[in-house]
Amino acid sequence: MEALKLELKTKIIEALNLEDINIDDVNDDDSLFGDGLGLDSIDALELIVMLDKDYGIKLVDPKEGKNIFQSIETMAAYISANRTK
Amino acid sequence: MKKNTYIKSYCTIQNNEIILNGESIFKSKSDLFSDFSKKAYQNFEINYSKFFKMDNLSKLALLSSELLLKNEINSDSEAKIALVFANKSSSLDTDVKYQNSISDKENYFPSPAVFVYTLPNICIGEISIKHQLKSENSFFIFEDFDSEFMTNYANNLLSSKKADKVLCGWVEYYNEVYKAFLYLVANEGKIDHNKHTLELLNKN
Repeated sequence: MEALKLELKTKIIEALNLEDINIDDVNDDDSLFGDGLGLDSIDALELIVMLDKDYGIKLVDPKEGKNIFQSIETMAAYISANRTK
Repeated sequence: MKKNTYIKSYCTIQNNEIILNGESIFKSKSDLFSDFSKKAYQNFEINYSKFFKMDNLSKLALLSSELLLKNEINSDSEAKIALVFANKSSSLDTDVKYQNSISDKENYFPSPAVFVYTLPNICIGEISIKHQLKSENSFFIFEDFDSEFMTNYANNLLSSKKADKVLCGWVEYYNEVYKAFLYLVANEGKIDHNKHTLELLNKN
């Protein structure tokens, strides 16, 4: 699980072009949206594409994203339980 | 009576160099626009992290507009600055990038972050968001910079009082070949705003 969290931090920083953020700046329980990493709605869509492309998870109901994308911790837990690749 | 209008300031970005009001203010030996634009962003301490999410056309437009608008906007009052841009390639650079992401049916992962930049006037939106402008704006596609059209359009916005100033110009980017020539038109200034002056400034 720790390796997956580190992988997610790296992928999110790279995929979302978070130039001024390092892996060490992101805590596992930091909010990804709002006051945390400050991601926006387009970033949320990119995360949905990332789940599909890298982990074979298709989110049927986008509302699920609200819980899944709360933090690195919640993302890693969801991916571990549902990944197909 | 026809009122004179003036070019308050102007900026050209091309070939890894930024020229403001005729003076070279930044140069880089970067091979790629992404490196050059990042170095310029850092050099001018723009401090707007959304910059790195933009496509290259928007980065080019935002960089040049920053240099022209930084002394024009204050947080106390809403700036009435219209934006009138033009280019040749529209958003083709990003359109091609997006097309590549959807061309393989076995590997079909369209990027929402790329898709949102598949219109040229998005760069105007980025500048408007950054400076909280709720003004008139237009983006035209021309084969070349049309100084007469741009002059008439800007003058019309000023004479009809739809804007106090107009940020105008050419913002072209395709496949690492780019040029921005932006200028700020106002009712006061030292450089006459007319077709011939624009052609001269655009050539230099």
